[in-house]
Amino acid sequence: MTAPATKQQKPVAVAADHGGREAARARARALTSLISRNGAVAVLILVVVLGALIVPSFGKPDNLRNVALAASFIGIIAAGMTFVIICGGIDLSVGSTYALATIISAMYAPRGSFIAVLYAMLAAGLVGLVQGLIIARWRLPAFIVTLAGLTGVRGLVYYITNEGNDHPKIEGRLAFEALGTGSLATIGTPVWIMLLVFAIGWWALNRTPFGQSVQAVGGNQDAAELMGLPVKRTQTIVYVVSGLCAGLSGILTTALSGGGQEARIGDAYELSAIAAVVIGGTLLSGGVGSMVGTLAGVLLLFVIQNLIVQGANLNSYVQQVVSGGFLLVVVILQAVLSRRTGTSET
Amino acid sequence: MTTLAANFRDRTAVAAWTREHGVYVALVLLIVYNAIATPNFVTVDTVQLLFSQVPPVIIVALGIGTGGVDLSVGSIMAIASAVLAKFVVGGTPIGVAMLAAVAAGLLVGVFNGLVVAFARVQPIVATLGVLVAGRGIALVITGGALVELFVPFFKTIRLGKFIGVPYVMIVAALLAVAVAFLVRRTAFGYRLLAIGGNRRASVLAGLPVRRTLIVVYAISGTLAAVAGVIATARLRASDPSYIGLLMELSAITAVVVGGTSLNGGRVRILGTVTGAILLQLLESTLVSHNAPDSVARMVEAVIIIAAVYVQRPARSSR
Amino acid sequence: MSTPVTSSPILKVTSASKRFAGVHALEDVSIELHAGSVHALVGENGAGKSTLIKLITGVYQLDSGSVQLRGEDVAFDSPRSAQRAGIATIYQEVHLAPQLSVARNFFLGREPTRLGSLDLKRMNREAGDALKRYGIVADVKRPLGELGLGIQQMVAIARAVETDASVVIMDEPTSSLEPREVDLLLELVAQLKAKDVAIVYVSHKLDEVFRACDTITVLRDGKLVSTGPTKELTRRQLISRMLGRDAAELEKDGRTKLAGHSKTIEGEPLLRAEHLNRRLILEDVSVVVRPGEVVGLAGLLGSGRSETAKAIFGALPLDSGEIEVGGKALTHQTPASRIRERVAMLPEDRKAEGLIPDMSIRDNIGLAALPQLTKAGLVSRKRVDDIVKTFMTRLRIKAAGPNQKVSELSGGNQQKVLLARLLCLNPRVLLLDEPTRGIDVGAKAEVQALVAELAEKGMAVVLISSELEEVVEGSDAVVVLRDGAQLGRLVGDDISEDKIMDLIADAASEQIEAVK
Repeated sequence: MTAPATKQQKPVAVAADHGGREAARARARALTSLISRNGAVAVLILVVVLGALIVPSFGKPDNLRNVALAASFIGIIAAGMTFVIICGGIDLSVGSTYALATIISAMYAPRGSFIAVLYAMLAAGLVGLVQGLIIARWRLPAFIVTLAGLTGVRGLVYYITNEGNDHPKIEGRLAFEALGTGSLATIGTPVWIMLLVFAIGWWALNRTPFGQSVQAVGGNQDAAELMGLPVKRTQTIVYVVSGLCAGLSGILTTALSGGGQEARIGDAYELSAIAAVVIGGTLLSGGVGSMVGTLAGVLLLFVIQNLIVQGANLNSYVQQVVSGGFLLVVVILQAVLSRRTGTSET
Repeated sequence: MTTLAANFRDRTAVAAWTREHGVYVALVLLIVYNAIATPNFVTVDTVQLLFSQVPPVIIVALGIGTGGVDLSVGSIMAIASAVLAKFVVGGTPIGVAMLAAVAAGLLVGVFNGLVVAFARVQPIVATLGVLVAGRGIALVITGGALVELFVPFFKTIRLGKFIGVPYVMIVAALLAVAVAFLVRRTAFGYRLLAIGGNRRASVLAGLPVRRTLIVVYAISGTLAAVAGVIATARLRASDPSYIGLLMELSAITAVVVGGTSLNGGRVRILGTVTGAILLQLLESTLVSHNAPDSVARMVEAVIIIAAVYVQRPARSSR
Repeated sequence: MSTPVTSSPILKVTSASKRFAGVHALEDVSIELHAGSVHALVGENGAGKSTLIKLITGVYQLDSGSVQLRGEDVAFDSPRSAQRAGIATIYQEVHLAPQLSVARNFFLGREPTRLGSLDLKRMNREAGDALKRYGIVADVKRPLGELGLGIQQMVAIARAVETDASVVIMDEPTSSLEPREVDLLLELVAQLKAKDVAIVYVSHKLDEVFRACDTITVLRDGKLVSTGPTKELTRRQLISRMLGRDAAELEKDGRTKLAGHSKTIEGEPLLRAEHLNRRLILEDVSVVVRPGEVVGLAGLLGSGRSETAKAIFGALPLDSGEIEVGGKALTHQTPASRIRERVAMLPEDRKAEGLIPDMSIRDNIGLAALPQLTKAGLVSRKRVDDIVKTFMTRLRIKAAGPNQKVSELSGGNQQKVLLARLLCLNPRVLLLDEPTRGIDVGAKAEVQALVAELAEKGMAVVLISSELEEVVEGSDAVVVLRDGAQLGRLVGDDISEDKIMDLIADAASEQIEAVK
């Protein structure tokens, strides 16, 4: 048996550039993501600057502070949602979880700040954990499981508030209220907390093994499984994170308002959170996303709403039309853009 | 080896059967429970009440069942209601006004289809945008206020019966039959199932995917509009901030519980109808047992999970 | 080249069996892996190699039999637990995350941290060093997806190798690699061997098997055929064991059932696709096919063969190019327009792009011919039934009945269902992308015979296959592609595996020169 006549060469260092077309294609993909991600930031800056010029009342520091404050509650929720979506899932229950935390923190206020906050966070985290386990272990579709969560947790909220008749209020002053009502350098504490949450989220996503896992699982779950990544654990944790973020936001709401919230609070918050995440450049299909983008997305949503109210003096209905329309325009642009750069199929 | 294989086959057969027929069994069980435990259950009144309340959900669910995720159906109901009110207040005959309302729903549906098919935006996001914008549009049309409508025909819609069966239920049943026929016997239905089963393969097989998607969302929008007209008649008013609220959730739940896969590829019309009836009956059961609404919602949540758990596709390997 | 085998095996599989939906994928197979030894696992598609690997690595669980690692019984329930136990696997497809950087991918799943945070400096440095050691020069900070498939595969290999594993399994590791990279890989295998790692080398590239492996295990139809030292086996013997046919008979018959370049084809081209261009994907590729001619597209993974076929079929948008079928110019890039002109394509990935999994055989077959089967919008049940029956018989599709779900069929029968769908259209041009991939030997032969028969009848065929000899034996002309560009067109006696590999290798060296 003779050895086949293949060219036996001394192994030579292989330059990493021979995938010319493949490389350029991947560069295009990166560009799209970059544009999507920083596009939100760019548009935000543009809108803020233009808005301040065109609508004087918008640019006033007081107004901007208020917009930021208003945005912080959905913002914190959206931060958690970003993880879930990058991991390839979705969480429709955040609005209900938010309400649960709001009510519980008010209900347990008489037991002191620590208990109130702890119980609320535990409840929110538990909701996330249960959903995460069901999705990761039983492999049920996230859309439906969290839809059930939305319904069930809302039911729970009504249950503990006597069918929505109770509006637990905080009597007296409590320490944790400062989180909501306090301010630092004239900017409300919730805004700082939101920024902190996003900073931690950025770190977790880009600088931890967990974050790597989230991106890998979201990009290709089966491949991640074969590479030995802890897929189930990662999937479960992102829902816990989402729940905790919704919980934190709820606690801050109670802190700010002193309680007295209605049982239907947080209705449709999940939609705003998802919109913010999508506008920020995170792909619903998973694997690619950015915390910075989501932050820009949230701010953009609230800035636009504020501009409409301040500037055009249009009623809130038109506001809704514009918000919805804006979301549509953004996602259509994103979809068209990704096709132009040849990163999607026919 | 043979016993192992036999057991395996038996278990999967049971699982498969449950997957197919679970919702019917659940409905029967619920009816039996009510017959025993709920006073005055087995009366004509109960059935008539049920059949007059459930049609809007059935009709909307039919649209979602064929088309897939459409979060905007509630808002489409509101738009249809608002358009109806506008025309009625303007003096148009009720028939034309209703047609206009349905046409409005059709248009919004086509818009959804265009965004999903041509711009290739994912259905969840596209219909989410329309959900938000749509309700705003409905509010703008009526100027935000509730518009009371005094239309004699509405009474017919609300109370009319044929051999004891409420007209609205007959309409819902007819629509269900029509949709079932569409899905099972026509080329359109064939294409629909193929696209839902594997969109890419359908493109490569030369199917007109974009056209089909647009029609599918148009149907969903039209059906939602019909449901909106019925809801308006029931309310005797057009309340754009209330009509259709959360309807998408009820409809999606009915579809999922009934065995249709939201990703497409498996459509169970009868299951969807049964799912809608099951959920409505569940609510009534809880109400008549003085269980609060909150409990109803929690029970519903458990049922949704149970339904998808049972319908889990069998794992081929492991 | 071969090392004396040490006494006790590191990994021992005893009487492993696995069934899927009643079909046995593996039956009573045993294998022993020794430290510092390279063990080849060969067999045709469907022989059970992949199943055996997946059983060892925790992707599947055994129906019966046992696995022992260092003498102790183990049962891995997931790839993760197998990796933890020191079994690393390299797959044919790159399963890394293209959006993450090379360094991040290199350390995926085992990232070094400082205070919980990724130690990026260390990751970048060590990844760069490790890759350099393996002869790969790449910017480790770039996203992995920006590099060529070959480099991506090398990174995946380097990652697996670095994990201090005691068993490294390589499943078709060279399918995306250039000849130069193949050499690098085999060097790496030698290095691992010296470190006393037990290596499993699954490949159908017999040159590599003979070059690098100490022991060869042959599987066929899920059963063990033989296990023995490489030096005691000739190539011919190996092939005959893989195919279950007499070695001498093989020489006479030719390995495949395809009958290429035996006749000269004349006449006007039935398919003319010229100067196809698509930014970043295809560069000036041309394919011309005459009636009765089989034109093969050859090239490594990622060379643009499937993209060419898709472009011809209208499934890939083009920046420029001319496509004519039967003299008629086609301007719309849509599959529907091609189907109207009786051009049909068998997609590469039958699961993702071909079959509608939950639909019946019947509905899958009738799908493309729907316009012919409907009247006034209604589907004519009778017409569908007739046509389905015809093709199920003609192609010998083995199933419980036309209403069975296609997802329950074997790979070979699934492929036949897709072929039936195409044939329903009565095509004159057939684009076949990997028609015999992943199907058992019997069905493979049937499909090959069918292709030959169709070409004989005057159909114009474009054939894509990663099995070079299938392309070589079945084609009247071969277009060689690399990186989306055309390297050349071989006809007649010029068609050979060596010539094709030479063309590809030469182009590679030119590129390296250009980079320097």
